[in-house]
Amino acid sequence: MPTLRFTKDHEWIRQDGDTAVIGITDYAQQQLGDIVYVELPAPGTRVEAGKEAAVVESAKAASEVYAPVSGEVVAVNDVVTGDPGKVNADPMGEGWFLTVKLDDPTALDALMDEAAYAAFVAEQH
Amino acid sequence: MDPAGPAEQAVELRQTPLHALHVACGARMVPFAGYAMPVQYPAGIIAEHLHTRAKAGLFDVSHMGQVTLRGATAAMLETLVPGDLAALADGRMRYTLLLNDDGGIIDDLMAVRVGGEFQLVVNAATKEADVAHLRGRLPASVGLELHDDRALLALQGPEAAAVLARLAPGVATMPFLSCAQIGDLFITRSGYTGEDGFEISVAADAAAGLAERLLAQPEVMPIGLGARDTLRLEAGLCLYGHDIDETTTPIAAGLAWTIGKRRRQEGGFPGAARILEELADPPPRRRVGIRPDGRAPAREGSAIVDPDGNPIGEVTSGGFGPSLGAPIAMGYVARAHADPGSALSVVVRDVARPARVAPMPFVPTRYYRG
Repeated sequence: MPTLRFTKDHEWIRQDGDTAVIGITDYAQQQLGDIVYVELPAPGTRVEAGKEAAVVESAKAASEVYAPVSGEVVAVNDVVTGDPGKVNADPMGEGWFLTVKLDDPTALDALMDEAAYAAFVAEQH
Repeated sequence: MDPAGPAEQAVELRQTPLHALHVACGARMVPFAGYAMPVQYPAGIIAEHLHTRAKAGLFDVSHMGQVTLRGATAAMLETLVPGDLAALADGRMRYTLLLNDDGGIIDDLMAVRVGGEFQLVVNAATKEADVAHLRGRLPASVGLELHDDRALLALQGPEAAAVLARLAPGVATMPFLSCAQIGDLFITRSGYTGEDGFEISVAADAAAGLAERLLAQPEVMPIGLGARDTLRLEAGLCLYGHDIDETTTPIAAGLAWTIGKRRRQEGGFPGAARILEELADPPPRRRVGIRPDGRAPAREGSAIVDPDGNPIGEVTSGGFGPSLGAPIAMGYVARAHADPGSALSVVVRDVARPARVAPMPFVPTRYYRG
């Protein structure tokens, strides 16, 4: 059963074995509004926890997407670079950003689970 | 990521007479020029933009300054702006520029001649300074009033005339850049989207009722500042404080068309010596349109470099053009690179990304021509 965790920066990460898929949350896409551009790292590059891993641009502005964990990029989602609106339409599904091979398979333990993230988002208002 | 963007300073924001209506429509309110303004409604910037180009969009531009000058002649005003106001017939308006003594642009504005007076519509962020400038430069006999008691609505788009004619008969045949008083409404056929449309000046206490009646029309949707910006950018129109300011002259800004033949011959406006010299011998940089080859938007402040990587300018406005489905920008570049088709690059996140100089407007304008 994959583990789903969230960051305070509104990324989600879903672990399955020693890899994990990363994207931005529904709350994030709502706050951004219409997404018009996504820039993803090249497969094979490294991402570091808390550092920029991707860029997402809305009609208004550019925002950084931070890596929730450290690891090596093993796949990126060409669907969202070709059709950035997919991030708005299905942020937790078709709108995923990248897959990493985890440096530390227990790294997700430090992140929020779904209930904790829901409470965190509720506090934002 | 930080999707909400940097926290704004807690300042006391002014509200327009439509504030409650914006909130009721589900607007996301943001600080802009000291006002709480709707940046977008639930439909979102792209839908709002495309709706305005397809049907009609209603904008609250009440933050802008509506100024009445009493007893000001065209000759008096022409000492402050390079536009030919003497040639402006009663009931007509034109786009012109308040200039400083170096020929830099203090503000861009619409000047309307009506009933022997001039009315100006100036930018929100500059309106107090504009009024101070006008008071300081015009004869003391000129009466000057900034109408904080009035709201300003813009109705823009190909269906705007049909919609507004239901509420204000006669507007459908108003010429482009003319004005009319219809009942309690002072209406001009103008706007800043590249579309046909109107700006409607209305008493503050009647504004919400008017906006509600317009929004009740099936063609009309409320439009926020986000789409207002993408619409004006596609139309190639300058945003004051970004594309033009006190350091840019009308010639560098590509606004020489606002200076009529008589004004070029006679001068007599601030900075005339420099501006007339620049008309003969163009300044080193000029404002151009830019189309990035790729999909990455180039935002304000992005460096522009030549194909060899040498700096040649800077982006002053940029983003995504919803009608084009592609990024667009404007900025200042060295003259040698200013012709449409010139290859250059915009530097976004430290990467030089190929782009081309493009003619403006990016999207054809559709002003009413009768």
